[in-house]
Amino acid sequence: MTPPDTLQFSYRALRAYPGRTALILLAMCIGVAAIILLTSLGEGARLYVISQFQGLGSNLLIVLPGRSETTGGAPPLLGTTPRDLTLDDAIALYRSPAIKEVAPIIVGAAPVAYGSLEREVTIMGSTPALLSARQLTLASGQSLPDTNPRVAAAVCLLGETVWKELFASRNALGEWVRIGQTRYRVIGVLAGKGQSLGMDMSDMVIIPVASARNLFNAPSLFRIIVTAQGQEQLAQARRDVETIIRQRHDGEDDITVIAQDSLIGTFDNILSALTWALGGIAAISLVVAGILIMNVMLVAVSQRKAEIGLLKALGAPTTQVLRLFLTEATLLASAGGFIGLLLGLGGVFALNQLLTDFSVQPPWWAVIASVVVTFLTGLLFGSIPARQAARLDPVAALSGR
Amino acid sequence: MSSDPFIRLREVCRNFQVGDETVHALDHVTLDIQAGNYISVMGPSGSGKSTLLNMLGLLDQTDAGSYQLAGRELTTLAEEARAQVRREKIGFIFQSFHLIPRLTAAENVELPLVLAGMPASERRAKVQQVLQGLGLQERADHRPAQLSGGQQQRVAIARATILQAPLLLADEPTGNLDSHSSADVIRILEELNAQGITLIVVTHDTNIGGRARRRIRMVDGKVVKDET
Repeated sequence: MTPPDTLQFSYRALRAYPGRTALILLAMCIGVAAIILLTSLGEGARLYVISQFQGLGSNLLIVLPGRSETTGGAPPLLGTTPRDLTLDDAIALYRSPAIKEVAPIIVGAAPVAYGSLEREVTIMGSTPALLSARQLTLASGQSLPDTNPRVAAAVCLLGETVWKELFASRNALGEWVRIGQTRYRVIGVLAGKGQSLGMDMSDMVIIPVASARNLFNAPSLFRIIVTAQGQEQLAQARRDVETIIRQRHDGEDDITVIAQDSLIGTFDNILSALTWALGGIAAISLVVAGILIMNVMLVAVSQRKAEIGLLKALGAPTTQVLRLFLTEATLLASAGGFIGLLLGLGGVFALNQLLTDFSVQPPWWAVIASVVVTFLTGLLFGSIPARQAARLDPVAALSGR
Repeated sequence: MSSDPFIRLREVCRNFQVGDETVHALDHVTLDIQAGNYISVMGPSGSGKSTLLNMLGLLDQTDAGSYQLAGRELTTLAEEARAQVRREKIGFIFQSFHLIPRLTAAENVELPLVLAGMPASERRAKVQQVLQGLGLQERADHRPAQLSGGQQQRVAIARATILQAPLLLADEPTGNLDSHSSADVIRILEELNAQGITLIVVTHDTNIGGRARRRIRMVDGKVVKDET
């Protein structure tokens, strides 16, 4: 029997039992569509997070107080709390030639009032370097004064949301708002940037770092964002940050420096694992579909015993009977997989129409894997019924026993 | 013996285990059958006549003895070689026709050619010719369910003879047919025999069995009567 004839014969057999065929196609199809959709969501999440990080700029180091790595050895007898990062620490970093800008940050919350309107808003104390480091742009007005960061000034920049709520989108430049007990003059309004790493950059007010220190009565910094001169100087900048702070902190390594690409790498790993896990969960449905194929094929074999007996009587060798039933199973699985692939890609397309700022796309490996896996599923789960068919005793099979 | 027999059975045994009991379906059967003969095998149910036919058609194994077809020992052949002998040398006709319901009459007849790997272009003409010979050309595109019993059996005969197998084995070929169709089918089988095919018919029907040139009667797995 030639391969085209085998294919034709199997195809006709599948056509002869439309209900059964449709059932298996549906099962395979759901399995593959689930794999495509779930991995697409995972991949979409991964790409989304990476793009969010890249929105931060690529030459950044984030300096946090305290050591995040655990060190070996016994814990100190006397508890040592990490030294705080101070504004002077931040200013000292400018000594490094590899560092371009330093943005010290103090974060807190305070009521902001204009006229009769008042609301609790996140206040960020920093320097003009913050705007370039976080790639914030001004919709109107000017940035914070680029003077000595130790000097407080009663000026502020409003985030877009705060401006809209307090000023109902009217001109705010030159107006005075009250933050806590102090009045600040609005000198600029930020262009909307939206969410960045879970922090709504449009729903905050930026004031000079020294003013924030006074406002919150706290000398320590939340963190420092360091911008290196370039990508190549990032490693040097990191070493300089560590050296300078160690010198200032009596030889203690009590800060953590995070490079943005290592952050991306971590999230990339986590979200890739998530995508694989989602794919794995969806793959279970393929296994279930495979078992369904096996069951339905076993029923088919017992229903078509007489036909199998006849084929043997007509001189079909055992291997030919095996091939016929394997072809049926793989044909079913592959067709179901193909329809599922189309359905999954259709679902991805529909999701992309619904979600505007979140792009869903199937990872290439999921597309290839789902096609290969469906084929193998057919082959694997079809082999048991096919072998059973091939082994049937022709005399018993012909009499339907 | 004038020439080597076409079929040569020597002391062939076939046993089945039924519960604790061993049933001797074929009990040291020795037979010589000349090419072109027309043989009926009769006997009560369970006498082993169907087992004999299945064994001759290589659908069933032997437990002991020797079976030679056209001078070739078949009991020692492997499964693939047995399938080839079935395909090339033996045609089967069954009581219940055994047509594949989803295929048309023509496609059922074509099946042995497909299994033999013949190209589709050559198959069509051959099927057409065989169907025409049996007066079935009008029914070529009908499915078995749309055919009468007699027509279905004629399709089965067409299928059994399309590869010009020299041995035709018929197991109760008229068992499911009315008397008119039965006569029709027997006439066709006898015509085929007249053309040189060796015909072996297993039947309950003494009228049909009596027409054969050589009549074998079996009881309890043994040949008890063999008349010519």
